[in-house]
Amino acid sequence: MARQVWVIGYNSLPVVGLTAIFTGAALALNIYTGGGRFNAEQIMPQIVGLGITRELGPVLAALMLAGRVSAGIAAEIGAMRATEQIDALRTLSTDPFQYLIAPRLAAAILVLPLLTLVADAIGVGGGWLVASQTLGFNPDVYMRATMDFLRGWDIGSGLVKAAVFGLIIATMGCFHGFKASGGARGVGRATTDAVVSAAVLIFASDYLLTTLFTHKP
Amino acid sequence: MIEWRGVRKRFGDRVVLDRLQLSVLPGRSLVVIGGSGQGKSVMLKTALGLIRPDGGQILIDGEDVARLTGRAAQQRFSRLGMLFQGAALFDSLSVWENIAFRLINADGIARHEARRRALAALSKVRLGARVADLNPAELSGGMQKRVALARAIVAEPEIMFFDEPTTGLDPITASAINQLITQQVKGLGCTSVTITHDLASARAIADEVALLHDGKVRWQGPVSDLDRSGDPYVEQFVGGFVSGPITSDV
Repeated sequence: MARQVWVIGYNSLPVVGLTAIFTGAALALNIYTGGGRFNAEQIMPQIVGLGITRELGPVLAALMLAGRVSAGIAAEIGAMRATEQIDALRTLSTDPFQYLIAPRLAAAILVLPLLTLVADAIGVGGGWLVASQTLGFNPDVYMRATMDFLRGWDIGSGLVKAAVFGLIIATMGCFHGFKASGGARGVGRATTDAVVSAAVLIFASDYLLTTLFTHKP
Repeated sequence: MIEWRGVRKRFGDRVVLDRLQLSVLPGRSLVVIGGSGQGKSVMLKTALGLIRPDGGQILIDGEDVARLTGRAAQQRFSRLGMLFQGAALFDSLSVWENIAFRLINADGIARHEARRRALAALSKVRLGARVADLNPAELSGGMQKRVALARAIVAEPEIMFFDEPTTGLDPITASAINQLITQQVKGLGCTSVTITHDLASARAIADEVALLHDGKVRWQGPVSDLDRSGDPYVEQFVGGFVSGPITSDV
């Protein structure tokens, strides 16, 4: 389990951080341009903050992890299947679910919200950097505007999404890995299927969860 | 006592086991020979519960193991040892952790005690303690087979299954493996079933031999009768003749 947290979480930090900073910066530029059409450039910090924490932070972190982790899990378990290591586990009185799947599920569900927090911070930071360096915002005012505007649930709902995405990522990796058959080719196919299905399910569940979170009774 | 009683299995249209009847007496070593794709591996895997048969029973000491599920199925494995064709060592673990896997993960034995027993098992298959901390990928094929054998015997099982134990090994290593199997099986007094198409191996480790063809046992008898079976299938297989009742798919 500790090893899985390390593999899934720590090793994914650079790629999640890079994705977040560039997206935050690009988002800021776009909103600045769009806001300019209504003379509403000043609303940029709030929109960037909201967009990153509620939507882009969790989704980007999840997509990066779908590429790295779903594929990795599917390849590892698929290769174990192809070389009879899964069968060997059973003959050694060990349940493959408990030994292989449970720690990966738990690690992904735990780690993705943490990575999302990092992505949130770096994403907002990317917007702040562009705003203060090239668009003439006062750095302190920008930061205060973001902080005053964001509510706990903006960040919290993103973290809930992230936990669900974590579940999807590990489940798709394990499912396609276990289903793999036909040697190296089967492992390759399992890897592709895991990434594609995880990505599609992330977007679909993102929409459903957003519907749920924005519903006003 | 292990008994396959009328076991049937098909994959799609292909019948792999056709009402298979086969039994091994306690403490005996049965070797099942036959060409590729004649159902030998499937037969073994039905007894291990890795493949569920479509019909029939597999009795181990009178208990139908094909119907066991959950915890009961897992407990059954505590009495079994299995040597896989490709060794099937866990490549994320060191050699000694592979051997001690069952002791640590299923039996809850402390790591230092499990390591001590793993080293003892290593010496039984004539490997030194210096390989204990290596990764399986750093070993040769023959050494991997020996480690896998150590893993299979470490918990002193009552029943052993061997899937092609000598395939892909040079003749000298193959003989060494045969010798180790015989020693360990006789030493533990366990019942064993081996599938192979290596006749030298069959002669070395068998008390009895059965020839599987088209999902059925064509012939079964003591190993001493292998050369005078009077059965055209066995004669063709032993002689390695291209023409005969067994047609090759090549």
